Formats: sequence, structure tokens, C-alpha cells
Amino acid sequence: MRKFKYASLPFAAYALIFILAPLLLIVFYSFAGPGGLTLEHYKAFFNFEDPVYLQVLWRSIKVAAVSTLLCLALGYPMAYILSKMRPGLRDTMVFLFVLPMWMNFLLRTYAWMTLLERTGLINSLLGKLGLGPLDLMYTQGAVVLGNVYNFLPFMILPIYNVLVKIDSSVVEAAQDLGANRSVVFRKVIFPLSLPGVISGVSMTFMPAVSTFIISRLLGGGQQALIGDIIENQFKVVGNWGLGSAMSVVLMALILAAMNVARKYEDENAGGNVLL
Amino acid sequence: MISLALALAMLLGLAAGCAGDDGKQTLNVYNWGDYIGEDVIEKFEDQFDCKVNYEMFEQNEDMYTKLKTVKGTYDVVIPSDYMIERMIREDMLAELNLDNIPNLQYISDYCLNRDFDPGNKYSVPYMWGTVGIIYNKTMVESPVDAWADLWDPQYEKNFFMMNSVRDSMGIALLLCGYDMNSRDEAQIEEAKEKLMEQKPLVLAYTGDEVKDKMIAGEAAMAVCYSGDAITMIEQNEDLDYVIPIEGSNLWFDNMCVLKDAPNKELAEQFINFMCSEEIAAENREYINYSTPQSQVLENLPDEIKNDPVQYPDRETLDRCQIYKDLGDMAGKYDEFWTRIIVN
Amino acid sequence: MKKIKKSPLSILYSVLIFLFLYAPIAVLIVYSFNANKSRGSWGGFSLKWYQSLFENGAIMRSLYTTLSVALIASLVSMVMGTLAALGMYYSRRKVRSLLNNVSSLPLVNPDIVTGISLLLLFTFLGFKLGYVSLLLSHIAFCVPYVITSVAPRLYQMDRSLFEAAMDLGAAPTQAFFKVILPEILPGVVTGALLAFTISLDDFVVSFFTAGGGVSTLSMTVYSMTRKGVKPEINAISAIMFVSVLLLLILINLRSTREAKKQKQARR
Repeated sequence: MRKFKYASLPFAAYALIFILAPLLLIVFYSFAGPGGLTLEHYKAFFNFEDPVYLQVLWRSIKVAAVSTLLCLALGYPMAYILSKMRPGLRDTMVFLFVLPMWMNFLLRTYAWMTLLERTGLINSLLGKLGLGPLDLMYTQGAVVLGNVYNFLPFMILPIYNVLVKIDSSVVEAAQDLGANRSVVFRKVIFPLSLPGVISGVSMTFMPAVSTFIISRLLGGGQQALIGDIIENQFKVVGNWGLGSAMSVVLMALILAAMNVARKYEDENAGGNVLL
Repeated sequence: MISLALALAMLLGLAAGCAGDDGKQTLNVYNWGDYIGEDVIEKFEDQFDCKVNYEMFEQNEDMYTKLKTVKGTYDVVIPSDYMIERMIREDMLAELNLDNIPNLQYISDYCLNRDFDPGNKYSVPYMWGTVGIIYNKTMVESPVDAWADLWDPQYEKNFFMMNSVRDSMGIALLLCGYDMNSRDEAQIEEAKEKLMEQKPLVLAYTGDEVKDKMIAGEAAMAVCYSGDAITMIEQNEDLDYVIPIEGSNLWFDNMCVLKDAPNKELAEQFINFMCSEEIAAENREYINYSTPQSQVLENLPDEIKNDPVQYPDRETLDRCQIYKDLGDMAGKYDEFWTRIIVN
Repeated sequence: MKKIKKSPLSILYSVLIFLFLYAPIAVLIVYSFNANKSRGSWGGFSLKWYQSLFENGAIMRSLYTTLSVALIASLVSMVMGTLAALGMYYSRRKVRSLLNNVSSLPLVNPDIVTGISLLLLFTFLGFKLGYVSLLLSHIAFCVPYVITSVAPRLYQMDRSLFEAAMDLGAAPTQAFFKVILPEILPGVVTGALLAFTISLDDFVVSFFTAGGGVSTLSMTVYSMTRKGVKPEINAISAIMFVSVLLLLILINLRSTREAKKQKQARR
């Protein structure tokens, strides 16, 4: 049965060509100049005298952080309510949260275009009340909304997965010791749910910080994020060096964040989130 | 096990389905979005018993970058003047065998032999038009007639700019009193500053979606191409189009065959097909741009022939410039444009 | 804490969150039956957008591409991923953790980085972008999902079963099909379904790795949204929603049945 270890060879070979080599190529292109290796692309990115690209990176982090915090604020109570439901109902509810996640992500974002435009549904309803029209589309708010809408389930489910496993005897013990509900929550439940929170935060923050669709469709090119300019470098401008350097920076940022998160993450919280 | 067998059977079925197309020749066409009559591709496939892979781009620049990435795939592309000049310079286009394109005789002289491709060795005109401002008469104070109106604070967050480096930079250059094809770094820099100054007023930088937005009344003004303007005006009477007093851009989109095209002959047949009276008329009817096909033009009703949007008078056209290839300054334009978008 | 909290506040909150998640989708579905193109007004019930959807060659072609890529990619990933998980299970710890780390890369990396890296690879190799490059890329990010759902099953498996089969003289392949596979099958199927859905949903990686007129449904929808209001998109959304609903119900029924079976087995 030792022979079975060779069964992973096809994947190992495939991963070498289609996972590892491509990533190495990004690193390679980020250092490649017309006459050999160069740091030029990184210098252009980390130009502190004219920090255009750093500003974009900062804006992306800000937008993603705000979206993540909103998801947490909205998602935690929901996860908590879910975990307190009776099992049968709970499964149905969880199912209902998973469902929109499987709806194509572009279609979900498109739905908000329909709602937010000046002639969209929200403004026509406001108009009937004699209000508006409000400028909802093409704002940073719209991008944050798009992020929250698309990634909220990624926040709710991991937290729920942890909360639902908290041993009720721990909670009861705390109550027996005279802790009131808010103390129980602060001292017992919340600390125990932290692995789920961290899982949720990383699952929301990562896609939000690297998106280019949401900012493109809802931000109207006004609020370019790091994903937008990476896409622009590869698809329009054709400056692969700079685009690769930006990708490397983004990748490093995310891998570093993941490593930190992983230390605290509960292994069971993230894994089964999708089904 | 049964499901596995079923899946395998489906897989085989799919593979068979793919193989079915192999007997036919294929043609890969790369064109602007929403820029061809609805049934034209199908008609070509029927008539020439082939399969057409039709793909679309949003701007000349992303088309160019894609062609640099994806080699040996596309046959026919339809870029604009300055991009054709660049592609000829970079040896990306094939010389056309005009024997295969007899319908070239119907293309009006006005569109032929232009500076970007003298003698039309590499390209055959498809459509031409201008860049201007479409505005909603019910949403502006006074009729719009100048690019300067796009810097008027009263229209804050009420107009769309075009997400296109040449058109946006060109407008700013004109407003600063320079040539749209300026290669002077100081002038380009000044135009960039002008666009930076305008950015807080802009609602969004748009592409093809501007048509629906303007028809729906999402904004008071938008920079757009003349043919799109007709489409919009047809669907919303409140709209009007103007070629601003400062001048504007006159452009030609020509059909070209790539040097590494897998199927040059079919590509030339396609170009010839597009220049035939029936097809050129169908394309014009659907996309509303100005046609270079003389038979089609002759048969148009007078109201269209004299429509200042579609066929502006000589005086207006003389105000317009054609974009030129910027050579090594193209990178500077791109860099500045990225900064504007990013800021 | 025995009593289940059912305060009106938490019910209201749940309703609001559900409204937030479902209202936009509901609006799209309702509009898909609107005879008017404009979104401002209701022009009566109509199925014409569904009709024009099915008559739209580009959309139908991209639907076919999407389904065939998802099907082939998930089947290939199923086989490759299961084998990989099996191999990793019997490998030395170092090899296992190395492979584990590599396979987690596509899960962790932003899609845009995965997409661009593959674009660079294909360009570097001079490989034509098209259906095949699209398929190869989808397999690359699908396999890890299969591995992550098969691996836990292997660890739950009773190792002695397999050894007993070998002792009784079964060939390794025979032992695999008769003993191991039935044990891990639920994980294999879940992994394949997961891979199928992930592939179906992908936009970013396809956007960078497809070419030559090959387009997935997501890509077609993207280029349609770039051209403004297309009511056909609403019709796609409605169909998509119903299909996803059915698919998920199917997956869930399966996993509940599995759970029940397991419970019974334990008794």
C-alpha cells in the first residue's frame, strides 16, 4: 500500500505547471526589465514622492476594512440568532443563507445597479414619495454596499459554525456563578466565537480587497481599487511589469494576513462553510 | 458507479459535439462592442459555410493589448485610424489582396487614402464618425455647444466622460488650445491637470453602457460617438448631439487582417462581404454610424443624408482632426490617464 | 439558556437581513417578466425576454461553454483530487504538508492573481488562449476543492479494513475500488459537486484565460452589463436562481441522508 503514495503524482505535476510556475512567473515579470532584472516596477509602486499607487492600495484596504466591519456588525447578531434556533429551522435558515451565495456573483452585483441608479427602483420609489433623486450609484458607498451584499454570508456562516458548537454547559456554569447575560456574552460566548470571527473577517476581507468587478460596475471607474488597476495594466495598458509587481504586493499582503489569521482560526470553522 | 458511467457518457457526448464543428473553416473576428448588424454574422456563416468566433473589445487600447497577448488567433480586427497606423508601424497587419475585395470600389473616396494608411494597403473602411456631446434638453440650462460645458460646476455629478485615453485627453488638449495629437510633454501634462480638475464633477467614466444611461435620463450630458448619439436620440427625443465649437475628433474604423491570421483568405472574403450593399446597409441601419459605402449612402432618405449628426457639413468636419499614432508618447498618455482614473 | 430565544427583535432582525439578501434577486426575477425594457415602469407580464434569451446565439454558446467546462473540469478534478488525497494520505508528513500548502494556494490567493498568473503562463509558453486554456485553468483551481473534501474522509476511514483486504490477497487496485472508494465516496461526490459549482460561478479566472471568441456565461453577462440594460440578464438571473436552488436542495438531501446513515452505522 506504500505504492498508493504515487497516486498524488498527477496532481503534483499538474500543480507544478498550473499553480506554482504561474505564480513564479508573476514574480519573475515583476522584476523583468528591458535589459535584465530591475526594481523599476516596485520603485514605481512604492514611490513615496508621488504615491498614486500606494494611495489606491490604501483606498482598497480602507474600503475592504469598512465593508468587513459592516459585515461583522450585521453578521454577528444574525449568526447568534441562528445558533439559538431549534435545529430543524436552523438548517433551513442556513440553507437560505447559502443560496444567494451560489447565485452568480456578477448577477448579484448587477441587481444592485438596477436598484441604485437615478432612474432605478429605489429612486423611483423615493420619487413617488416626493423625495430624491439621490446619487447612490458611482460612489464609494455603492462599492461598500456591493461588498457587504456579496460577502455577508461569508461572515455569518463561520461565526455561526463556531457559536453552534459552544458547549451550553459552559454558558450555564457562568450563569450559575451569577453572571448576567451581557457578562456571559462578553466573557464567555464572544471569546469562544473568536476563531469564527477571524475566519469570517478573512473570508470577507480578501475578496473585498482584490475585487475589480464591484468597483467597476457600482463605482463607475471613479473609485478605482487595486484590482482595477491591476486589471487595467494587463488588459488595457499592457504594462505587465507594473501589473505583476502590484499583484505580488497584493499577494504578499494577503498571504501575510492569512498566516496571522490562521494562528487563531478554528480549523472547523472555515472548512465547511460552503455547503 | 452508474452516475460515473453516466457522466462519462455525457463527457463523450460533449467531445463529439465539439468535434462536429471541426469540418468547417473558422473565422475569428474581433470588433467593437455592439458594432455590427444583428444577423450579419449568421448570414456570413450560412453563405460561406463556416463558423465565426465573434469577440468584442471596448477600446482600441484593450484590443491592442489583447492582440499582443493572444497571437495567431484573430483574423479580422476593426481598430481606429491611429491604432491602425501604430499596428502598421509595428508590423502587425497583413497587406490585403485587393482582388479578394472587389467591393472596395463602392467605398467613397472621402474615406480612402487617409494618412494612417495611404493607398489602403492594410485596411478597408467600415464606419466613420465624430466625437461629441449628447445632452438632454430638459436637463440643461442652455443648449450645450462647447467642451468647456463639461467643466461647468453647475453640472456637477451630472455627466459622463468616456473611459478612453485618447478621447478624454484629446478633449482636454483642445480645451487648453493644443493639438489633439500633441506630443509635447508640457502640453500633455497641462491636459492631464485639466482632467484632474474635472474629475470631481464627473459622474462616471463609461463605455457602451452610456447609451442606456442617457436614454433613461441618468445624466444631463455625456461624451459619445456620433452613431451612438443617433441610437440614443431615436429612443429619447429629449436628447441632442453637438460637435463642440472647439473642434473635435473625426475618426475612421477600418477592417484589417492580422499578419498572423490563421485564415487570411476567409478574412478578406469577410471584409468584402461587409462592404456589399446589402450588408453595409444592414450594419448602418443597426448601429447608425456614417457609412463609407456609396451605394448605401445614395439610397438613404434625404433626412438622414442631411442629418448634421450623421453626415455633418464640410465646415464642421474641417473643425475636426483625425488622431495620429503617438509613437513613444503613447506610454505617457497611458500613464497620465491611469493617474486620472486612479486619483 | 434552555428556552429558545424568540424575541420579536431577533425575528425582525432576521427578516431584515433576509430582505437585504433576497430583495435584489427578487427584483431581477420580477423584472424578467416585465414587458417594458425600462425599469421605471411595469409594462405587463411577458415571457419575451426568455424567448430572446434562448434565441441569443452568443448567450447560448457561452452557456454551453460554461456547462461543458464545469462538467469536464469537475470530473477531471474529481479523479485527480481523489488520487492526490489518497497519495497524500500515504505519503511522508513532509511531502503531505508540502502538497497541502501548494493545493491551498488557489484557495487563498485572490482570483485576480490566479487569473493573471495563468495568463502569464499561457503567454509565456505561447499557448493559444481559448477553450483548452480555459479548461486547464479551471481544473487548476477545482482540484484543491476536491482534495479538501476527500482528505477528511480518508482520515475517518478504518485503516485495518484495507489491510485486511490486502491480507486476503486483493490487488491494490481491487482493494481500492472494493474497500477504500466506498468509504470515501461521499467526500468524492461532494468535492466534485463543489468543483462543478465553483467552476460555474467563476468569472475572474475565465476573464483572463479565455480567448479566441470562447466566452463563459459570466463573461457574457459581464460584457452585457458593460453595454447597459439588457433585460435578458434578468431572465438569466431567474433561471440561474432556480437551477441553483434545485442543485443545492439536491446536495443537501444527499448530505442529510449521509448523516442519517452514519448515525445508524454508529449504533
